[in-house]
Amino acid sequence: MSLDPASLTIASARDGLKAKQFSAAELAEAAIGAMQAARPLNAVLVETPDRARADAKRADQRLAKGEAGALEGIPLAIKDLFCTEGVETTAGSKILKGFKPTYESTVTANLWREGAVMLGKVNMDEFAMGSSNETSAYGNVENPWRRPGDNRPLVPGGSSGGSAAAVSAGFCLGATGTDTGGSIRQPAGFTGIVGLKPTYGRCSRWGIVAFASSLDQAGPMTRSVRDAAIMLGAMAGFDPKDSTSVDLPVPNYEASVGQSVKGLRIGVPKEYRLDGMPAEIETLWQQGIAWLKEAGCEIVDVSLPHTKYALPAYYIVAPAEASSNLARYDGVRFGHRAAGAKGINELYAKTRGEGFGPEVRRRVLIGTYVLSAGYYDAYYIKAQQVRTLILRDFEKVFGEVDALLAPTAPSAAFPIGDKADDPISMYLNDVFTVPVNLAGLPGMSVPAGLSADGLPLGLQLIGKAFDEATLFRVGAAVEKAANFTARPKPWWRA
Amino acid sequence: MSNLIKGETGEWEIVIGMEVHAQVISESKLFSGAATAFGAEPNSQVSLVDAAMPGMLPVINEAAVRQAVKTGLGLQAKINLRSIFDRKNYFYPDLPAGYQISQYQHPIVGTGSLTIELADGSSREIGITRLHLEQDAGKSLHDQSPSSTYIDLNRAGVALMEIVSEPDLRSSEEAGAYLAKMRSILRYLGTCDGNMEEGSMRADVNVSVRKPGGPLGTRCEIKNVNSVRFVKQAIEYEARRQIELIEGGGKVDQETRLFDTGRGVTRSMRSKEEAHDYRYFPDPDLVPLVLAPEFVERLKEELPELPDTKKQRFVRELGLSPYDAEVLVAEKESADFFEAVAKGRDAKTAANWVTGEYFAALNRAGATIAEFPVSAEKLGELIDLVADGTLSNRLAKDVFEGMAETGKSAAEIVAERGLKQVSDTGAIEAAIDKVIAANADKVAEYRAGKDKLYGFFVGQVMKAMGGKANPQALNDLLKRKLSA
Amino acid sequence: MSLDKATVARIARLARLEVPDDQLETVAGELGHILAFVEQLNEVNTQGVAPMTAVVEMGLRLRADKVTEGGDPEKVLANAPERAGDYFVVPKVVE
Ligand SMILES: [Mg+2]
Ligand SMILES: [Zn+2]
Repeated sequence: MSLDPASLTIASARDGLKAKQFSAAELAEAAIGAMQAARPLNAVLVETPDRARADAKRADQRLAKGEAGALEGIPLAIKDLFCTEGVETTAGSKILKGFKPTYESTVTANLWREGAVMLGKVNMDEFAMGSSNETSAYGNVENPWRRPGDNRPLVPGGSSGGSAAAVSAGFCLGATGTDTGGSIRQPAGFTGIVGLKPTYGRCSRWGIVAFASSLDQAGPMTRSVRDAAIMLGAMAGFDPKDSTSVDLPVPNYEASVGQSVKGLRIGVPKEYRLDGMPAEIETLWQQGIAWLKEAGCEIVDVSLPHTKYALPAYYIVAPAEASSNLARYDGVRFGHRAAGAKGINELYAKTRGEGFGPEVRRRVLIGTYVLSAGYYDAYYIKAQQVRTLILRDFEKVFGEVDALLAPTAPSAAFPIGDKADDPISMYLNDVFTVPVNLAGLPGMSVPAGLSADGLPLGLQLIGKAFDEATLFRVGAAVEKAANFTARPKPWWRA
Repeated sequence: MSNLIKGETGEWEIVIGMEVHAQVISESKLFSGAATAFGAEPNSQVSLVDAAMPGMLPVINEAAVRQAVKTGLGLQAKINLRSIFDRKNYFYPDLPAGYQISQYQHPIVGTGSLTIELADGSSREIGITRLHLEQDAGKSLHDQSPSSTYIDLNRAGVALMEIVSEPDLRSSEEAGAYLAKMRSILRYLGTCDGNMEEGSMRADVNVSVRKPGGPLGTRCEIKNVNSVRFVKQAIEYEARRQIELIEGGGKVDQETRLFDTGRGVTRSMRSKEEAHDYRYFPDPDLVPLVLAPEFVERLKEELPELPDTKKQRFVRELGLSPYDAEVLVAEKESADFFEAVAKGRDAKTAANWVTGEYFAALNRAGATIAEFPVSAEKLGELIDLVADGTLSNRLAKDVFEGMAETGKSAAEIVAERGLKQVSDTGAIEAAIDKVIAANADKVAEYRAGKDKLYGFFVGQVMKAMGGKANPQALNDLLKRKLSA
Repeated sequence: MSLDKATVARIARLARLEVPDDQLETVAGELGHILAFVEQLNEVNTQGVAPMTAVVEMGLRLRADKVTEGGDPEKVLANAPERAGDYFVVPKVVE
């Protein structure tokens, strides 16, 4: 029997391991083989097969002793934004080439504690700045999906594009992502998988390379809603090392999966209906509404009047925080250092000029500008005020409804290079995901259908703060109704 | 006393404001669990947070918050129950994150005041603008290599309190008194050790000059001055420089200057093109610091008696002169020492001993109270020997010298040297009789009205008795005998 | 809002980010484009609205004052591009 990780979910693998249908070592070996076969996707930056084998061996021992953790023996891919002890961590940037952390991020440490197996570190937009994975210093990731009869490579979305591609291509059972403006949900949507951005404060940010501290949040990317629930349960939790981590118990998320959604009130925000949005996105959205109605939900039309301003506010707040967060990449204590610089200021300017790619440079400059003397009030304060208004919009609506339903992204995956020249059109990818980050709320993308081009499309569910449980409940209902079984053709194995 | 300075065009007034950076006494750093001890091996007290490794996050130290609030209370300042930490962004190799976590618009402590005493006995209240918490930077060593600067991050992230005064100071003397008083209060509170040589306390001095009553002049900031004496010297030099510049037809540029301690001059630190734009914004890794009113209340109750209150008590309850009280309370150690000596004894006598013999000896030895061999207990015992008539004041001073040299107790030295005062009237009478017999002419003169000779007889008797006669007994007997 | 080359040069200097002279024009154009986009915010009336300072509603947690880290220079120096003994090394900084 040849074991195919693509045919498994975390939940089914867990059952298979418990029932001794296969061992963790066998599963790891299969995953390593599939990962290596998928190299044409350029999803993996560092393969860690030896580590995977060692992890799997320990998992088998713990399984044998009945000490299995929630993810015992499950092969995962880790976004390269998570610092992993002794394993190169680059954040997709040249400036961190060769950087081997002497510490392990809290979220990944939680995963290893629960028995997960590390397959490798996966590609991403540089410092998580991007929506297509084209800003990675290590080459773009290719989406496992292609339009039928069209070999043009498509973007997997971003910034967690490597994670999305890895899960979609099927060589791992789940991957970690991070979501600052949609970086989990949008690539999940583009690759036909489930991606969840938890409430801000739910997962520790300690040991995750910071992009925009008030927006960043780690979350799971999986092939099913149940898997996302299992994985988030392991990732989440209070961390005293993160001052923004919230000290609340982690509920049993998996228990929410399959619970009836009857009587839940689902809001449909009218401002998420954009001019020029493809009709098929609207159609999918209506389909989702119909599914939830059928499942017994009450659909409520709601208004989030400041939605339009989320993206411009985001493009002030995120670069501002990033410009400061990225000041530490200066060639002094770690990472790239420019050769031959005369004097410290030249060393800084050259190191950073060489080490950062164009999109990162752009955002560092914008962020520096909006914080600089004379512009701070007009840009930064204004954006943070708008953020307050956006949060108030959500709070008001959540007085009436239990969750919101909206599209994940305004389009399906697009060809590599299509939007690379126009930052604004690229930024518009995140128009439906960014408000959730600004308000710190949880959001989940569930694959719900195929575009006319045969590419996956996602529906997004938005929940109240720390109410991921409801998202899993409603997300499972959408998943069941959508019965999305399409898979990309494994052209990369050719 | 006028503070005005004479220039060629008339009198000038100096306007001074101070920013004191005081290192908080704590085991660990402001936002990390690395140690703060002075003088450790390079980079041995550095956490991943202090080195600003990717993904590291700050978590605030409870003790630093407590110390800041205590200091605020000691400066009679408003404690802000909600304060915010901001990032101050700039690049320097000893600033690992590329920003310093500080407090900008919403500091933990608001306005307060501090009273300074001046040499002429007057006192002035100086306004405190604010106190905020911030991180210290690391250390750059420029002299280890001809082509490189070495970086040690042991200090990086250590908690500092920046205490900013109003521009209320008007002379170098006032500025010196301010810094000394600040140091004293911090040490009383136990919030900063005030050790200026080790850099636990340093001052940025803002100096400008103006015609009396005129508008404020352009100020220069003299950075990191690390002693009271240097603060005074720097201000005197800088005020002179500005006056001469203006009177020569020039104008003062607002700039940062350094005090060259070797040459006693200030000089411009950075060229003007290096204009700073710190791009302050609230640190998104931290949420607002919110203090419970009870937290502040509890610290208020635990506050020790501070120098001003102590001085008042010494004057009012112990009957000390304002001068002695001032001298004693200047340092917590000396006030504590005095109180230990005075306990159960005459306070004025104790004060005289401490401010007189004891301080003089301390000075000569260049020692601290803790190091000096004469403890409060031992000094008290010596005073008791005077009070019970065992020692005369003069003998007691000799005994004190012996105690300072050997560390022995007063009783031991008295016994060793046989210095016990003689109160036995028989022995004193015998000595008096001898002196009277040997100086019949002088006795006659005295009896004829030459009162001044009395001292001569006292001296002769004392000499005859090796200085050990009880002065009271000697007096009584001598007067009786001479008038007989 | 359009930016001029001098402003871009000043910002680049503040950010310690080398932007070659022949790219200033292009970068100015890109940044101006983004600024024009974000300036939509001027349509929003934000009078009296408090700017968001924390996403989660809570006060800062205080850590006990204990030494729990440090003592291992290798841990912080392991990735240093240049070091001398246990110091980080940079080109000479002139005060
Ligand atoms: Mg200053
Ligand atoms: Zn300061």
